[in-house]
Amino acid sequence: MPRAALIVGLGLAGALAAAPCAGKDLRDLYFGEALYNANQGHYFEALERLDAELALHGGVDEPQRDSLHFHIGEAQFSVGDFELYYRMHLRAGRAIKAVLEGAVDEAVRNEAAYRLARIHFQKDQAADALIALDRISGKVPVVIRDDVEFLRANVYMALGRPAEAAAVLKRLQSAQSLSGFAAYNLGIAMLQEGHEKDAIAQLDKAGQLKLSDAGPLAIRDKSNMLLGKLALESTDFTRAQLFFDRVSLDGPFSNQALLSAGWADVSSQNFERAVVPWSILAKREVTDSAVQEALLALPYAYSKLNVHGRAAVLYGDALQSFGDELNKVDASMKSIAEGRFLKALVRGEIQEDKGWVIRLRTLPDAPETFYLMQLMASHDFQTALQNYLDLEELRKKMAGWQKSLDSFEDMIRLRKQNYDPLLPGIDAQFRELDAQIRLRMEQRNHLQQRLHQLLIEPRPDLLATADERIVLESIRGIEEQLQKAKGSDAEQLRQRLRHVKGVLTWTLYTTYPERLTEAHEHLNALNADVAVLTKQYQQFVRSRQAAAHSYLGYDDTIDRLRTRAAESLETVNQLMAKQGHLIETVAIDELKNRRARLEVYQTQARYAVADSYDRAAKAQGTPTSEQATQTSENAAPAGGGH
Amino acid sequence: MRNLKQFWLVMTATLGVLASGAGFAEASYREQMKGLDEQVQEVKSDVLSIAAELARLEERLLYPSNTHLAVFIALAERDTLRLDAVQVQIDGQQVAHSIYSFKELEALQKGGVQRIYTGNVPTGEHQIEVTIAGKLDTGKEYTRTERFAFNKGIEPKLLGVTLGSSQLQLGDW
Repeated sequence: MPRAALIVGLGLAGALAAAPCAGKDLRDLYFGEALYNANQGHYFEALERLDAELALHGGVDEPQRDSLHFHIGEAQFSVGDFELYYRMHLRAGRAIKAVLEGAVDEAVRNEAAYRLARIHFQKDQAADALIALDRISGKVPVVIRDDVEFLRANVYMALGRPAEAAAVLKRLQSAQSLSGFAAYNLGIAMLQEGHEKDAIAQLDKAGQLKLSDAGPLAIRDKSNMLLGKLALESTDFTRAQLFFDRVSLDGPFSNQALLSAGWADVSSQNFERAVVPWSILAKREVTDSAVQEALLALPYAYSKLNVHGRAAVLYGDALQSFGDELNKVDASMKSIAEGRFLKALVRGEIQEDKGWVIRLRTLPDAPETFYLMQLMASHDFQTALQNYLDLEELRKKMAGWQKSLDSFEDMIRLRKQNYDPLLPGIDAQFRELDAQIRLRMEQRNHLQQRLHQLLIEPRPDLLATADERIVLESIRGIEEQLQKAKGSDAEQLRQRLRHVKGVLTWTLYTTYPERLTEAHEHLNALNADVAVLTKQYQQFVRSRQAAAHSYLGYDDTIDRLRTRAAESLETVNQLMAKQGHLIETVAIDELKNRRARLEVYQTQARYAVADSYDRAAKAQGTPTSEQATQTSENAAPAGGGH
Repeated sequence: MRNLKQFWLVMTATLGVLASGAGFAEASYREQMKGLDEQVQEVKSDVLSIAAELARLEERLLYPSNTHLAVFIALAERDTLRLDAVQVQIDGQQVAHSIYSFKELEALQKGGVQRIYTGNVPTGEHQIEVTIAGKLDTGKEYTRTERFAFNKGIEPKLLGVTLGSSQLQLGDW
């Protein structure tokens, strides 16, 4: 991949990480909790919650009745986003592919395709990114429309198709959200195309954009740095100077700009002017490589101006400084070898804000970090570092889980001790009550059936009171006796009995509706009592089940979790060791490079300081020797500014 | 969102140049880092799955559904209250007290919902009392306490409390 494309690609990679979504009109509290965690950068917890919610949602019979249903699209995208933030690109890709292949509407599918393309691009898979982008058709959500095209342009550049990239970027020049970035990238695309003149004109535009945000400001500086470099290469030192002067003095490129500005002046033999930027630069943080170069470059400029006394003093200062810095580098390497670098990195308090890498520098007991700022700021190293920190977090979590599992086992043991002696007695008592309840329930059901039957087929006798039933029985007995009786008395008695029976029958028939109503009222009252009983019954059953569930059936789960956690902990420890070793190795290599450069500077300064004193002395008395001139020429910093 | 995007654009664009200057990591290191990165992703996936199972176990053991009560805190949309603290009492007993950092407040303002309490209560009628303390956008101190009644049935009970400079209400979730 060409260098320029790589730079642009790196620039895009971060931009593509979308921010967590906001929870407007939230209907699912647990989804809101996932957002709360994600909004604080706690992506593990956010994923843990959202994974669980999505699994539950997938398992319900009627998903439309589940509260997550209202956010399901957002939740599925959020899972992919959180995974991306948590540096789980493989899973994020799978999650987004699932959305892409599901039955979703055009806008959602297009957004999914865009996100998938983003992941491919981040993983240096530009061809796959383009395939994903080509799946976008029809309605594209307005909020991502420009981003889609910006990504497309960058993918073209990564694929070495600058003409197509330039065509897309030209259309994006008015996009506010990409202000500066689209202008710069268009310049790069033109450079890739070989249209240097157009590229310089475009970068010139990008380098003069009126901007206020830090992001585009840095891009503007970057445009000017590139323009300056191109001008230097074409030996147009005056223009180079102009571009370097445009770079802000407090931005991330200011040190390089000051150094390059000085070299542009030197290249045009204007040593007096070179002193200005280099004097500023020489007073800055000495661990910066540009500053170290300026420590040598500044006295070099003075020597060219024949101010040998000043040059000698500055070379002396530089010599002292390089010695100090070499000691610092040695201390850093020793400290890293002793494992202190990794210890410093995992200190919780320094990771609380986004600029924690920068804050490492302020730690008095972490000298190993002083020389590693540039290295630590690089993308690959950041990924490695973040992975190391993530592993450390996982390690801490799993250590905590082992304790949780111990506590769970204790809890289960205590519950068992409490319930085991109690439950058999309770169960026996319950069985007795249960039998009685069942009998009463059968009686009630029977009554209900009979009352129901009475509505269809009236039977007043069935609603007779106990006294009335006794009377009826007596009447029937007397009737039987009177059947065999003879004589006038018997007939009279039969007549009286019929009368009594008639009165009773009359009463039963005329009061039947009231009696039936009353009977139903009693049944309703009974039903209310039965409802209370049923509730208590169910409550008991639930409590009984809860008692059993509170300590039975956990052994296998706990054993399995313990084993899984132990295995994962071992893997985490192994990976941490490997990742840590790699980080330390890369850091020490970087320090070795910086040490080697410092040694070269030190040697140059050592020769130059002697030479400058010699020249200063000679300037007061005898003329300069040819040999001394030669030595002075050699004292120019090895970097030569480029 | 825009700020974050800008931050990343600058950071990573800058890194591109710095990395190119520093001549970072040789190809072999890069390959090793890539290989490790994939292994780290796998172990993260495993640990997430363990975490999910552990969370289910914890819920079953500690908060059975018939007594499960969870209280959530949300900020009213676009409210300017600078929330400092929230205190929750259930049936007269303090169960939660949260003091908010800037990061936590920002997470709430962006639409996140904090689960401030998870516990157990028996089925039936209960009372929740929520007290908030903060500052209004005028700089004036603000405190407010509200009591609400709620019924706990046999299913898990989730209570959402929405806070703002002019409201404190129990949401219907």
